[in-house]
Amino acid sequence: MGIVVMNPGPQTLVEDLGRPGYAALGLSPSGALDRQALLLANALLGNPADAAGLEVLLGGLRLRFVTASTVAVTGAEGLVKLNGSEMPLNQAVRIAPGTVLEFGAPLFGVRYYLAVLGGIDAPRLLGSRSSDVLSGEGPAPLRAGDSLAVGRTGNDASSLNSVPDRAGGAVPPVRRAPDPGQAIVARVHRGPRVDWFDDESWLRLVTQHWTLSPESNRIGARLLGRPLLRIRGEELPSEGMALGALQVPPSGLPTVFLADHPVTGGYPVIAVVRRGDLDLLAQARPGQTIKFLG
Amino acid sequence: MSHSPDSWTILPYGDSAFLVELPELEAVVAYYRGLTKDGSHAGVVDVVPAARTVLVTFDPEVVPASGIKAWLEDAQPAPAELGTGRDVEIEVAYGGQDLAEVAGLLGLSEKEVVSLHAGSVWTAAFSGFAPGFAYLVTNHEKLRVPRRSTPRTVVPAGSVGLAGEFSGIYPRSSPGGWQLIGTTDRALWDASKPEPALIRPGDRVKFVEA
Repeated sequence: MGIVVMNPGPQTLVEDLGRPGYAALGLSPSGALDRQALLLANALLGNPADAAGLEVLLGGLRLRFVTASTVAVTGAEGLVKLNGSEMPLNQAVRIAPGTVLEFGAPLFGVRYYLAVLGGIDAPRLLGSRSSDVLSGEGPAPLRAGDSLAVGRTGNDASSLNSVPDRAGGAVPPVRRAPDPGQAIVARVHRGPRVDWFDDESWLRLVTQHWTLSPESNRIGARLLGRPLLRIRGEELPSEGMALGALQVPPSGLPTVFLADHPVTGGYPVIAVVRRGDLDLLAQARPGQTIKFLG
Repeated sequence: MSHSPDSWTILPYGDSAFLVELPELEAVVAYYRGLTKDGSHAGVVDVVPAARTVLVTFDPEVVPASGIKAWLEDAQPAPAELGTGRDVEIEVAYGGQDLAEVAGLLGLSEKEVVSLHAGSVWTAAFSGFAPGFAYLVTNHEKLRVPRRSTPRTVVPAGSVGLAGEFSGIYPRSSPGGWQLIGTTDRALWDASKPEPALIRPGDRVKFVEA
């Protein structure tokens, strides 16, 4: 086995690009919350885009590599150490057998992504190795003592000994993790139930500074602020929920549905966040300001 | 069978989805069947039926929103007899914790509840709640009962229940408020199979007394 988990930190999950297309069976799409960061990590190594990596929430993860490997860490920014020395982020790094890789608490963002040459190997469910915290499907969260297998690379063995040639492949640009002292801006479209709210509510949604609640997780980003006001009192029969939906429960405080969201829900959706802006929300820290651009 | 296009409404849902609103569940089932009977449209990711709606998500890099909107506008609802769903038979050991209470609520004997449940053909209208959980409806409301006023904290996997117009089977142990009238040994969800859900929207389900 290639990698031993010494300490999983608060939550480390195996994630790839998820399993969209099974919502009608009751299954969330799941997958890396910050897709762009995982895509970058895999591209830096020359891995296929859908290779599985680790999503490391708030650091704390400590791994020992039994065999030599090449890795890349993207997403959140903080002190990541190889055998006690600082490791550069957002680039491919070769590591020798026996190396200990350790993630400090992130200073920017909340989720690191670790890609390993060849990808993390785990059983697939419906084509994906993603861990889904809502349904509990997919690989279990990492625990101390776990061994992680690494997939075979498509290239010959010599590629294991060299950092991949980045000039050849299309590596997406590095997107810095958001500064926790600044607002994260997410663009929204009007949702299917915008008429269930008074006119003030839309204005309030797109003008006020929301705060990310510490109760946020992979299911949803919960927001705190002045509540939105519903003007229709009847019950909404459960309806399909899409990624990025801003669902408003009776409290008037919206939740943005992220990768492990329930596929149906019974509260009205006032707005939908643009797909490309969900990656930034995935890196928002509890207490950070969120602004919606309508 | 033709429907006027104004019998459903297409609501906006961001840059990669639409929500189709229909007047009633039966119309949802027919509309969903019509949309999916010949496979899906290029670029469509999910088609999610629910109680009064069908959510359609798509990849805007593969298909423009206008193409999906036209597909949704031109859809031909398919009546039940033209259904392409599969037939699923499920053996049930009747006698769940709430069977007596359900019989009391309906003014029937326990035996009559069982023969009504096992004697009806159910259709999976939509899924949700947990992977593999299908909301089943039939062509009468003789088994319509309210949910339990206090949900149970643990309902065992395989429990067969009633709630409102629906019947359903718990794929896994979970909290739940449905009235339980029996149990089955069938696996509703098996993640190791290429088709993990035993019952999918559009399927017809027949309960057989074990």
